[in-house]
Amino acid sequence: MTAMIEITKLNAWFDDNHVLKDIDISIPANGSFGLVGESGSGKSTVLRTITGLVDDWEGNILVNNKELTKKRDKTFYRLAQMVFQDPFGSLHPRHTIDRILTEPVNIHKLGNSDARVVEALKQVGLDNSFRFRYPHQLSGGQRQRVAIARALILEPKILLLDEPTSALDVSIQAEVLNLLTRLRNDLGLTYIMVSHDLAVVAHMCDDIAIMNHGRIVERATAGQLADGKLENPYSQQLFKAAGGYDRAVIDSFVDWN
Amino acid sequence: MNISSNAVKPGLKQWLTSDTPQSRWQAKCGRAWLGWLKFTENRLAMIGLSIVLALILVTIFAPLLAPYDPLAADLTNRIQSPSAEHWFGTDQLGRDILSRLIYGAQYTLMIVALVVITAAPVGLLVGTAAGFFGGWIDATLMRITDIFLAFPKLILALAFVSALGPGIENAVLAIALTAWPPYARIARAETITVRKSDYIEAARLQGVSNMGLILGHITPMCISSLVVRVTLDMAGMILIAAGLGFLGLGAQPPMPEWGAMVSEGRQFLLEQWWVSTVPGLAIFIVSLGFNLLGDGLRDVLDPRGGD
Amino acid sequence: MTTDTLLSVKNLAITFSTSKGPVHAVRGVSFDLGRERLGIVGESGSGKSQTGRAILGLTAANGKITADQMQFHDLDLRNLSKRDWRKVRGARISMIMQDPKYSLNPVMTIGDQIIEAYREHHKVNATEAKRRALDMLAAVKIRDPERVFKSYPHEVSGGMGQRVMIAMMLIPDPEILIADEPTSALDVTVQLQVMAILDDLVRERGMALVFISHDLHLVSSFCDRVLVMYQGHVVEEIRASELDQAKHPYTQGLLNCLPKMDGNHAELPVLTREASWAEA
Repeated sequence: MTAMIEITKLNAWFDDNHVLKDIDISIPANGSFGLVGESGSGKSTVLRTITGLVDDWEGNILVNNKELTKKRDKTFYRLAQMVFQDPFGSLHPRHTIDRILTEPVNIHKLGNSDARVVEALKQVGLDNSFRFRYPHQLSGGQRQRVAIARALILEPKILLLDEPTSALDVSIQAEVLNLLTRLRNDLGLTYIMVSHDLAVVAHMCDDIAIMNHGRIVERATAGQLADGKLENPYSQQLFKAAGGYDRAVIDSFVDWN
Repeated sequence: MNISSNAVKPGLKQWLTSDTPQSRWQAKCGRAWLGWLKFTENRLAMIGLSIVLALILVTIFAPLLAPYDPLAADLTNRIQSPSAEHWFGTDQLGRDILSRLIYGAQYTLMIVALVVITAAPVGLLVGTAAGFFGGWIDATLMRITDIFLAFPKLILALAFVSALGPGIENAVLAIALTAWPPYARIARAETITVRKSDYIEAARLQGVSNMGLILGHITPMCISSLVVRVTLDMAGMILIAAGLGFLGLGAQPPMPEWGAMVSEGRQFLLEQWWVSTVPGLAIFIVSLGFNLLGDGLRDVLDPRGGD
Repeated sequence: MTTDTLLSVKNLAITFSTSKGPVHAVRGVSFDLGRERLGIVGESGSGKSQTGRAILGLTAANGKITADQMQFHDLDLRNLSKRDWRKVRGARISMIMQDPKYSLNPVMTIGDQIIEAYREHHKVNATEAKRRALDMLAAVKIRDPERVFKSYPHEVSGGMGQRVMIAMMLIPDPEILIADEPTSALDVTVQLQVMAILDDLVRERGMALVFISHDLHLVSSFCDRVLVMYQGHVVEEIRASELDQAKHPYTQGLLNCLPKMDGNHAELPVLTREASWAEA
């Protein structure tokens, strides 16, 4: 079965820094892949390279069997969409929710914008009363739902999730993660989820890659992660750190810089 | 003066303050209403607004308000001091100063409006383009802006008018040519702040074109700063227009432009002070009005204060 | 850990007057603080940060504080003058905030800031102050104190910046340290390392620590006691070691809705809020 996303030997540079080193990732259709790492690991850069935000990269990126070049076009945008980390920054402060959701429909000439907007809001659990509000009138969780609705309104096959719940309260995070799980099942979506939180990624993803300094240092399935079967010392350290404050564990930390 | 929100009909008020608007228009009106309420809390700003509104009304209703024909000379009545028949006296040709003042308001308003309509969009476009594209586009546009900024406004306006010839249209053009550069800078600064935001990124990923991003996404974020700056600049524009008029390079006689009126009264300044002073005061009051209005707008529209 | 009470708060209430009406950020919070680690946990809007700020008299001007008691030793914190607050703040009760990018002065080098803070409380000459500053940097386990001393805040990492903040806040040897989400902006391993430094310093000096956070899991593994706040109320007060026996449905809900690394991909239990929790 051909993969929905196939990344081979991806290298990327930011100014003169080598930020991604030989990244290989393969994700089947309807799969969910997690990228975990600390800040500076390059996990968000992988997503940004896929969306065309990074200029300086080499390697092979195949999305739905089509190779990506330096530019992205409308076909790509109907295939893959992104949900950003900061719910407060990813919605235009001067646009109503209606405008935010209608714009992509009009650009891609999908028609029926009214019905689509109503449907998109319903899909993410928001009722019509939200439609003509401004982002500042919504809570963080509601904004993130709008961001998801915006991503879904173009009917993509792939969602790139850049720490989608990091800025949310824990109880809201649970709701949004459940929403994402449900959507993936109902719509047959493929996910790449980036997070610093091992537990979130372990919960949401089938396969996980742990990154450090631009490199993938270990891969594991969710099951292997659950059993704590990690071999790379960096991943083991990350795993132990997720367990809360434990002095013995902390004293054993090594500085990987 | 404080306009209480109770002065608005209850049905309308409910429509404006509803937290579940039913259309984009309602949402926009609601936001404008909240901005208006905040504006009315500022007393000085309301004074400024009143002055500007008075200017507009005087311009529109000039024929009804002016007791005399502003151009009718009456050489038997020259330089009369203020009296019951001529509230502000008459000038050196016996024309009623009050009427000339009233009819002169239109020139002030026209100059300000025309300059803003030409200079602000140009500045906005240049600034957003420069800030958005960066690179050589930014460098080129900014150097052009720098060239215009390097000249003092009045001198440059004088130079243009001298080259183009006196007259009110040329005065407007001259002032507009000097007015746009600061708007370009402001727009550019806002654009640079905004262009790396996630919402711009998200729009790009939805397929919005560069033009769409500049016009629909970035420009709205620049408007607030620009409006404040433009309003504050209006006072300066009035003064430059008056200055040009004073030098005989703006409105030509017998048009009752205020700056020209001040100039014409110079020779009588010591004895018959009202001929120059009254139009001078009018210029002062209107400039002050625009300044206060601009300050009030800044308090309401300051983007740093959130919405 | 001794059990003498340093701070006693009874029925603290903070109301903010805003253009949209009064906002009751804190409603009737009571607790005693001894030489221990107290965690205050809550989501956004719970009032946890405002509680911490009230202890230091840092509530915003439009906030009104009422309390039956706010006693710090023999001082009544409810009506301290500005002058008295200055003697308390920093010197006896100190605070670390979330993001060192915003709490450190961006235009001064780190060394200069520490020296300035130090000379505020100790009369020493410049050389001695520099030596003590370097000592403080070493005490918070910064490996290259000379380099950090000369750096500006934006040139060092978040974890380093927080350690500098801790160093600065501990200079005057306060009795109570309030840490408001001190590690939320840091990577997980760095978070734990910074908390270990806090751990050591608090223990060495016999300080009381108030650790405010949204992370119930982290707080319960670090603190002795935990206060769980919801919409301005304390809904549960529990020993950290007994967290699994939490009685209030909100606390239980918070614990249950966390994703676990057990390979279970089923939907997470969602917290259903009861209106009754907001009253009490």
